[in-house]
Amino acid sequence: MKFLNNLTFGQYVPADSPVHSLDPRCKILAVPVVLTGIFMAGHVAAFAAWAGLLAALAWYSRLPFRLVLNSAKPVLILVAFTALIHIFFTDGTPILKLGFVTITREGVAAAAQMGLRLLLLVLFASFLTLTTKPMELSDGLERLFSPLVRFGFPAHELAMMMTIALRFIPTLLTETDRIMKAQLARGASFDRGSLWKRLKAFIPVLIPLFVIVFQRAEELATAMEARCYRGGEGRTRMRPLRWSGRDTAALAATVAVVVALAAGERSLLP
Amino acid sequence: MKTDARTVCELRDVTYVYPSGASGRAALSGVSLEVREGEWLALLGSNGSGKSTLARHLNALLIPTQGDCIVYGMSTRDPANVFAVRSAVSMVFQNPENQIVGTVVDEDAAFGPENQGLPPAEIESRVERALEAAGLLAKRAKPTYTLSGGEKQRLAVAGALAMDAPCLVLDEPTAMLDPRGRADLLAIMRALHDGGKTIVHITHRLEEILWCDRAVVLAGGRIEWEGGVEPLLRQDGALRKWGLDAPPLVALWRELGEETGLALPRIPTLEGMIDALCPLQ
Ligand SMILES: Nc1ncnc2c1ncn2[C@@H]1O[C@H](COP(=O)(O)OP(=O)(O)OP(=O)(O)O)[C@@H](O)[C@H]1O
Ligand SMILES: [Mg+2]
Repeated sequence: MKFLNNLTFGQYVPADSPVHSLDPRCKILAVPVVLTGIFMAGHVAAFAAWAGLLAALAWYSRLPFRLVLNSAKPVLILVAFTALIHIFFTDGTPILKLGFVTITREGVAAAAQMGLRLLLLVLFASFLTLTTKPMELSDGLERLFSPLVRFGFPAHELAMMMTIALRFIPTLLTETDRIMKAQLARGASFDRGSLWKRLKAFIPVLIPLFVIVFQRAEELATAMEARCYRGGEGRTRMRPLRWSGRDTAALAATVAVVVALAAGERSLLP
Repeated sequence: MKTDARTVCELRDVTYVYPSGASGRAALSGVSLEVREGEWLALLGSNGSGKSTLARHLNALLIPTQGDCIVYGMSTRDPANVFAVRSAVSMVFQNPENQIVGTVVDEDAAFGPENQGLPPAEIESRVERALEAAGLLAKRAKPTYTLSGGEKQRLAVAGALAMDAPCLVLDEPTAMLDPRGRADLLAIMRALHDGGKTIVHITHRLEEILWCDRAVVLAGGRIEWEGGVEPLLRQDGALRKWGLDAPPLVALWRELGEETGLALPRIPTLEGMIDALCPLQ
């Protein structure tokens, strides 16, 4: 039995697609552009268009659509919660009265809008991690933030921390699993009792986990030093990032689609 | 053993006291040792005898409290030499899990040469050669967490090889591996030794040192014994004192000699066994 394997949602899925081979910087920059577009959408038709684009992107990335949808699972609670808040706390024409809460037509509309926006947002953003290797992602972020280094921004250090964190996620999951099983064998239970009880059951898991993490971190630091690591200075890369015409074209196309959809919605729909 | 070979690393009367050590006891005291070019040196000793402490001096991870450590003529005491020292002597540690930096096999092997600031094409060819030598070329695009313990340790070796250092120090590289993984790693070490690498092999399993050129035994932070592997295996009582056990096969072979009174060679190599036993028929 594995307790924690569903935390690996949204991790890199190798495939030979035009989206996978884009420069990571292009994909990182495209994310805020697309998110702006989704936040400007309001009409049903606009949402339908974005959903269509999502399916097209999945096909273009050679990723099974189900796998893309799966990456939204961890945030479904957040989406539902946001929608509920909008249903209950929006003023307008009442359509249903339940005791002291009133549900309004505007509330339902706002809930659907916010829920869909959040969902689309997460789904589009997940393409970044699904189609980009962790190392490329951190390289891309490092390069994008490198102009800020002059003002003391630790671009290389943050990128390296991200790489190592990603590298250690599977190890830590295995480790947590092992500790939880050891506790189970001694009669602990993680799925029974009140929430408080269940949280308390996790303390004997967290303490050994912290000890292990610090021990590992120290050994890893020594190993990195032994391999001539001395920060970002003088460091080269085996596969340096290369921004090509394709990346410019892809980014321009993304901006064009967002502008076209927003303009279309403003001018064509009431 | 080549006697006229060049010295790779040299410890000169090295004493080391861990600054954090509560007892203030020296982890190494008055250790002098030479590692010669092309040799396969076994460094033996029980737990806490100071093997890892010594190994970390060869890579400038530790600087002697007293005495000097000279690597290819460079003192590790001078911070300007540290980078060159680490490029000349690379290390493999005990726990395969805690020395992998990359999320993908070949990216991890590239970590060392990337830090050395080499051009991409050079890194690529070194990584390929190193993965080939470690038998991991077929897995170069795999995520590192999918590797077995033995494969992870071979990746650590590949990472060290990719730095192209002439000397390799392995600190109990087989301690966490199963017999199969251990045999694979030893085969790789033999091939590297045949290819001319200088190897310092830290272990407390005597059966792993049968192919070594020379052995050094540490106890309580001092060098207790230094010499060939064969004479070492003859130190019956002393081995026990140092916390080392003769390999079962060697013990059996010795007993056979004692029981039958035959003049058997000291180390049971296949050829030696055949030469000694076949004429009896
Ligand atoms: N980081 C440290 N801080 C303080 N003391 C240390 C540290 N590391 C090792 N020591 C002490 O130094 C001595 C030598 O340790 P070292 O790790 O070199 O032994 P070893 O021969 O490698 O043992 P093992 O077979 O367990 O790996 C031991 O007494 C140990 O307790
Ligand atoms: Mg040790």
